[in-house]
Amino acid sequence: MTSVVVVEDLLLLRDGLIRLLSTNGLDVAAAVDTAPAFLEAVDAHRPDVAVVDVRLPPTFTDEGLRAAIEARRRRRGFPVLILSQYVEQLYARELLSDGAGGVGYLLKDRVGDVRQFVDAVQRVAGGGTAMDPEVISQILARRSHASPLAGLTPREREVLALMAEGRTNVAIARSLVITTKAVSKYIARIFAKLDLPPSDDDHRRVLAVLAYLNSTS
Amino acid sequence: MRTAPIDPLSEHPSGGGRRGAAWRYARDTARAGAALLAGGLISLVSIPLLALALVTLVLSPLGYLGLPFLAVMTGLVRPLARAERLRVRLVTGVPVAEAYRPLRGSLTSRVRTLLSDVGTWRDLGWLLVQPVAGGVGLAFLAAAVVGPLFMAVVPIDFLRGAGDGKVLELLPLGAFFAAVGWAGCRPVAAALAALSSQSLAADEAAVLRLEVAHLAETRDETVDARAAELRRIERDLHDGAQARLVSLTMSLGMAEDEFERDPDAARQLVIEARASARTALNELRHLVRGIHPPVLTERGLGGAVEALALASAVPVEVDVVLDERLPAPLESALYFMIAEAMANIARHSEATWAFVRLWKEHGRLRLIVHDDGRGGADPARGSGLRGMQQRLAAFDGKFTLSSPVGGPTELFAELPFRP
Repeated sequence: MTSVVVVEDLLLLRDGLIRLLSTNGLDVAAAVDTAPAFLEAVDAHRPDVAVVDVRLPPTFTDEGLRAAIEARRRRRGFPVLILSQYVEQLYARELLSDGAGGVGYLLKDRVGDVRQFVDAVQRVAGGGTAMDPEVISQILARRSHASPLAGLTPREREVLALMAEGRTNVAIARSLVITTKAVSKYIARIFAKLDLPPSDDDHRRVLAVLAYLNSTS
Repeated sequence: MRTAPIDPLSEHPSGGGRRGAAWRYARDTARAGAALLAGGLISLVSIPLLALALVTLVLSPLGYLGLPFLAVMTGLVRPLARAERLRVRLVTGVPVAEAYRPLRGSLTSRVRTLLSDVGTWRDLGWLLVQPVAGGVGLAFLAAAVVGPLFMAVVPIDFLRGAGDGKVLELLPLGAFFAAVGWAGCRPVAAALAALSSQSLAADEAAVLRLEVAHLAETRDETVDARAAELRRIERDLHDGAQARLVSLTMSLGMAEDEFERDPDAARQLVIEARASARTALNELRHLVRGIHPPVLTERGLGGAVEALALASAVPVEVDVVLDERLPAPLESALYFMIAEAMANIARHSEATWAFVRLWKEHGRLRLIVHDDGRGGADPARGSGLRGMQQRLAAFDGKFTLSSPVGGPTELFAELPFRP
């Protein structure tokens, strides 16, 4: 069973997360409300993944994010799923910058879609990515002339967005109502247009895409 | 124009020993000469203006006939007085306070303001004195120049062999002029500067009155802007998130009733309720960003501007050099100003590149937002730029916009900052 550490300072949300995760087949090893307690819990319980709120006491700025980055520095690729009331591309870039995978960054309201949220936690625990569609749309909205995305067709953009969220080819095919073969073809074309070497590994391709997008800013 | 403090004529810290002292004496004397020359030129201009002022005073009982004269006269006297204030500041190193009441409103109210402004009459008082004062200065300057010339005539005449002794009389005269001119230059320049300063400097009360008027005005603007902002937030909450939550509560209430009878319908209602909740959250998020962006709280101005740049369609280079967090109101004002500028760049400029630079210098915060777009931005049009002006006014800040047609566009803002 996947074991999770929950880091959230609001009691209401912390209890909700514990309930939601444990009723969906995850083992909540610890639930804490500060950054130091989080790092301690990671050492003590060796969880498979941590679900972390960006804002924590005492300053209520970005302690959660910093602590998550610190946890990943101590244990390379330690899977973290960051939750926040809003998303910033800046933070996504910081989280992804070590290139180790196992990163999720979602809006808190996504918790409402229980199945997708649990899916995202599992995916991140397995070393995959779960980027909020809002982050992706921020990146896609940046249609500068110099952007490598300028050369993509609308359909390829859609595929790229779903890919960056961490969806599998099957999931992409389902949500766009096309065949998985067509999805593979789109992905190959996107890789070609973005000058990315093709790769089978599901999360690595997403990281590659995001890393590429971030490197151009 | 120099803004650094200026050394007074008489004192200078550098240099020691006899040679240093001689050099300093010569330089200070030359400066005094230049000051007298400038004063003389100003007095030359002041003579016709004095005549114009007298004509205006004579015509003023005739009502409207005097008005154009009054306008022209003050329009010319004020710049001249300003020039004299600058001259005095350069001589003494001490700025001369200026405080004219701002002119606005109808023609009659402008005229009334002009006539009731102590500054107008103070200038006229100075105008009476200046021709004489400048003349005295010029006389000393002339003596300093002519004296040595007279003395030079004697040896030249002697060498030419035509010396009939008559020119010898020029020798004591020249010596007298030179002595008076050279020795008098500095004290006379200082005395005349003091005289001008005395007659031109606005009294403290007038300066304070002006400052109070300015503060009252910017405060009113700030209060108005704040009130408008609160109204907008209230409306957004009322029509947005609040309404969504009401509909969400309704859906849930109906679902509660339906669970027994029709579980499918109940599920449908719950799904609707969640959609409502999501939309409400989205709207709240946008609202919060508009009030105070979370990233600003978390990362300060540097991080927040970087986040803006990441989201910008035009590549933006960010260079925010601050060694500490700014006070929250200042952070917020600067953030929204930069956000506005960057939105303008993305919307109108057709720029391919831009940069934002913010740094501290001489106790002031300075901001430049520059883009290589097509220019032609007009601060008179568009409420965005006016909003910026109001935002900055609350901090005693100023901004200038340079945007020639064809570009580039550069916005420069400056505001005092005391840590």
